[in-house]
Order: sequence, then C-alpha cells, then structure tokens
Amino acid sequence: MIPLLALCFILVVLLVEAIPAIRVNGAQFFYKSVWNPGSFSSTIVTTDGVKHLSGIDFGVLPDIVGTLATSAIALIVGVPISIGAALFIVERLPRRLANGVGVFLELLAGIPSVIIGLWGALTFGPFISQHITPWIARNMPDVPVLDFFRGATGDGEGMLTSGLILAIMIIPIVASTTRDLIRQVPILPREGAIALGMSDAQTARKVTLPWVSSGIVGAVVLGLGRALGETMAVAMTCGVSLGSVATNLYGTMTTISATIVTQLDGALSDGTGFNVRTIAELALVLMVITLAVNVAARLMVRKVSGTALPVGRGV
Amino acid sequence: MGGAPAAQRDVGGRGQRSAGSWPAVPRRRQVGNVLFWALCLIALALVITPTVWLAGGVLYRAIPNFHWNVLFTRTQPSLSGGLVQPILGTFAITIGAMVIGGVISVLTGLYLSEFASGRHRGVLRGGYEVLAGIPSIVLGFVGYIALVVDLHLGFGLLPAVLVISVLTIPYITKSTETSLSHVPTGYREGAEALGIPQSWAMRKIVLKSALPGMITGFLVAAAIAVGETAPLIYTAYFSDQNPSMHLTHQAVPYLTYVVYYFSALVNPGTQANILSYDAALVLLVLVLLLIILGRIIAARSRRHAE
Repeated sequence: MIPLLALCFILVVLLVEAIPAIRVNGAQFFYKSVWNPGSFSSTIVTTDGVKHLSGIDFGVLPDIVGTLATSAIALIVGVPISIGAALFIVERLPRRLANGVGVFLELLAGIPSVIIGLWGALTFGPFISQHITPWIARNMPDVPVLDFFRGATGDGEGMLTSGLILAIMIIPIVASTTRDLIRQVPILPREGAIALGMSDAQTARKVTLPWVSSGIVGAVVLGLGRALGETMAVAMTCGVSLGSVATNLYGTMTTISATIVTQLDGALSDGTGFNVRTIAELALVLMVITLAVNVAARLMVRKVSGTALPVGRGV
Repeated sequence: MGGAPAAQRDVGGRGQRSAGSWPAVPRRRQVGNVLFWALCLIALALVITPTVWLAGGVLYRAIPNFHWNVLFTRTQPSLSGGLVQPILGTFAITIGAMVIGGVISVLTGLYLSEFASGRHRGVLRGGYEVLAGIPSIVLGFVGYIALVVDLHLGFGLLPAVLVISVLTIPYITKSTETSLSHVPTGYREGAEALGIPQSWAMRKIVLKSALPGMITGFLVAAAIAVGETAPLIYTAYFSDQNPSMHLTHQAVPYLTYVVYYFSALVNPGTQANILSYDAALVLLVLVLLLIILGRIIAARSRRHAE
C-alpha cells in the first residue's frame, strides 16, 4: 500500500507547490526560451495573488528540448549497440566468457552516475572534442538537417557529450534485459529457420529478435526513463546554459533535471518562494513526461505479451 | 569464435555441409553473415570499452595518490584531509534505507505475492512499477519541499533516508514478489499437509527458500543507495560532522557529494581533487563488492537448488 501512497504523496506535494507558479508563468512557460529569476534586491510584486520578485521571466523550452534531444541521442546510439552486443553474447560467446562479460554490464550499471559524470566532463568530453567532433564538423555537408553537425565544437561540454554519456548509462539496462530475453527463445523456431536454409545472421534478425521484440521495447523504455531523469551525469557534462537552445550538436545546453539540481540552491534565497515554485512546476513537467512514457510502454507491452515489464537498472 | 555450447553451434548447421550434393552458399549471404556478426562484435566492444575506460580512468587517477590514511583522516572544512565522515554518512544512509525501505518492500512483496488477488494486485503492482520510473531528482525535490521545509525536519539523516527508501522500494518489492512466486507450490502444500499454521509455514519455509532472491534485490538497492547524489543534495545537504543520532537538523556528509563538489569541475585545487578521486575509488570498490556478493549468493542458491 505504501508505494501507492508515496506516489500520490509525491504528486500532491508537487501540484500544491507548483499551482501558483503555473498561474503566474502561464503558457509562455512552455514555448519561450528564457530563464530570469529576477533580482533579489528588487521590489516584491503581486500577480494574481501570488507574490514574486519583479523582473522574473521563465520559459523552459530549452530544458524540454534538451531533455528530449539528449535522450534521443542516447537511444539512437545505445539501443543498436545493446541489441548487437546481447546477440553476440548469447549466440557467439561460450557460457563462461558470457558470464565474464556480464560482470562488465553489472559494473557499468552499478557505477554511480556522479562518477560517470566526472569521467564525462574531465576525460571523455575533452577527448571527443579534440579528436572526433572537429573532424565530423569539418566533413559534414552544409545542407539542411546535416548542418546541425557543423559549427564550433566547443570544449567537450554539450549536447553530444551528454547524449553519449546517457547512451553509456542505458546500455547495461537494454543489453542485459535483451540478453536474458534472447536466452529464453526456444530452440525449435530457430532450428526451423536453419532447416529452411536461413543463415545464422538471418535467423537472428528474422526469428530471434522478432520473438522478443515486445520485451526489447520494454527494456528500451526503461532505459528511456533513466535517460529522461538522469541528473548528475548530465548536469556535469551539458554545460547548463539556461534560457537558450543549442545551435548545433556540440553546443552547451540544459535539461530539466540539470536545471533543477543547479538552480534550486539559488532559488532558495528568493524570499517570496516563487522561484522554488517555478522549479516545482519544472519538476512536474519532468514527472509528467516520464510517467507518460512509462505508463504508455507498460500498457503497450502488456497488451502484446501479457507479461510485466522488468523493474530495474539491468542489474 | 569457437567453443560455443554444442546445442547452439548446431543451429548454424555448418558441420553438415560436406555432404557435397548441396548447392554452394551464395557469396552474398556468406559476406552478409560475417558482416552481421562483425557488427555485433563491434557493438560488444563498444559496451566493454567505456566500462574499462571509465573504471580504469578512475583507478589510474586515484591510485597514484591514494594513501590508506585517507580512510582514517577526517575531512577538513578546507576540502582536504580524509574521508572518514563521508564514508560513515554513506553507510548510515544506506543502512537506514535498507531498514526502512526493506521492511516496507518485503511486506509489500509478501502481500502482493501471497494475499492480494486480481485487480487489487494489478493496481498495487502498477503503483510500485510507476514509482520506479520517477526521476530521482524529483524525489529529492519533493523530499526537500515536504520533509525539510513543510515538516520542519531540516537537512538531516531522516529526510535523506526516507527519500532513498522510496527510491529503493520498487527494486526490493519486485525481487521479493518474484522470488516468492518462484517458491514451488509443493512446499506450501506440504506444510499445510503437515498441519503447520500458515504464518509459521510462511516464515520457516516459504520466506527461507525465497531468501537468496530477496537478498539480490537488497544488494541492487544498496548499490543505488550508495551511488545516488541528486536526491541527497537537498535532503542530506553536506557537512563535516560525523553522522549522529540527531536524525533531523543535522546535515549528513556522503561520498558521492565529495566526488562532485571536490572535483576539478567545481573546486580546482589539487588537494581537493585528489580527495574527489579517492572518494570515487571507494565508491567503485563498494559497488564491486556488492556485485561480487550478489554473484556468490546466486551461485550458492543455484547449487542448493540442484
């Protein structure tokens, strides 16, 4: 019973805290790109019965775009790698070696996100910004869509670094779930495929993977939930540039969770409490996005396969 | 690539091709086959490389400057010294979350697996599954608003433990429910046939045989409690005091905060940065210990089952 109560409690607390901010910030909260917490020395203004500092202006489009963009990069990069690796582990590696590789997956899943963030900001980000991204930026043709890959590559803090870090974080979830699913595929349909003259690779692509596809969708959504909500690793590698959308793939940006964790400290010194309420509204947006993804996936998977999704981080 | 179990090798069926009367496999399919598995191998390499790079990078930077007395020296306000208080704080938070989250989760899992039925069970299970999807920063923020501010608890061990408990509930509940449902029905029927009261059978027989699975859930939850940062920043805050029995109004230090705040990102300065990597090293060792423990328990319970 308590998990359900905790869930309701979280929702109610967020709603109560956020409602005044929702009234004052209005619809522009979702389509403007600005983050102006007002000046703490200025006068206190009352709008609609809600006290706040004068000069406040909040529009969190960059946060929402940033959250979705980094998660999209994580899925695009992480999911094919996870599925390929899982196939190779099950179909090609001897059992002992597969167990050894499993330790790597568990380790990757268990490493605290703050350590991944530290590595991303001090080692991985600088590395790709020196050796990889300049080459991509130089060689991409200057046509619409692809010109998003061109331009200044920065110093390693930005959208691409955050997205790749998130990819590394979702790989153990998707890969270990997919591996366990593939292990459960019965031998008969695969033998049937071989008897029909299909090669190993065709069997894997046309029989094994479709057999477990709904489970893989579930694992991917689990990873997506992790990517949408991940805080420290992203806050340390995205550059946290509030109020502006990145102009290219390498630009500094921010996500909802990174904004919350970096801005709450400052918002606490706002005597009217309005800035904290704005952050509550932001947290509510994040919660609605992740809940929608989660519930949709669970309904979808249950309808297809009748089994429940795994809970977990792939450990 | 040799050495795969016989059953899996036979799926390939290559051994039979020398019969001679079969048409040759078209070149295109041979190339496609090799190419596909090569891509899969590259994918596996892309999984292993970052793991080694990450763990190796931390070890490479931490070990040359690591001294054992870091574990026994107190952290100074000047961001130097050792890691005594953060290590104690991390242990306090983890143990607290294991106790509170553990009790709630085991009872919930027990109820779900043994007593709840039909629709009721679906709703409750949905509850903790959805709880698992809530971002940890949102939990931390709600903990700050509701516990630290509205209930006037202040920064302290209690709010931190409560937030981490909520975070770990789905994992322990899931593992409890799953391992209980894997207990053979024969055990329960046997107990009933012998006239053992239900609650007694539950404790002595059903829970006992489900124990390894439940412990695995606890280990995952412990790894989460040890490694979380975002939900603790605004509930435990940070201090250079030892964790104490003052559950409220006394901020608690913990290792992940040291990794973040003492790092070159926030505080460039060699002494602090060395401590940041030392804390990362301690965290890595803790996580590795939890993984090894989980493997040992899984192996032992498998041997028991056989």
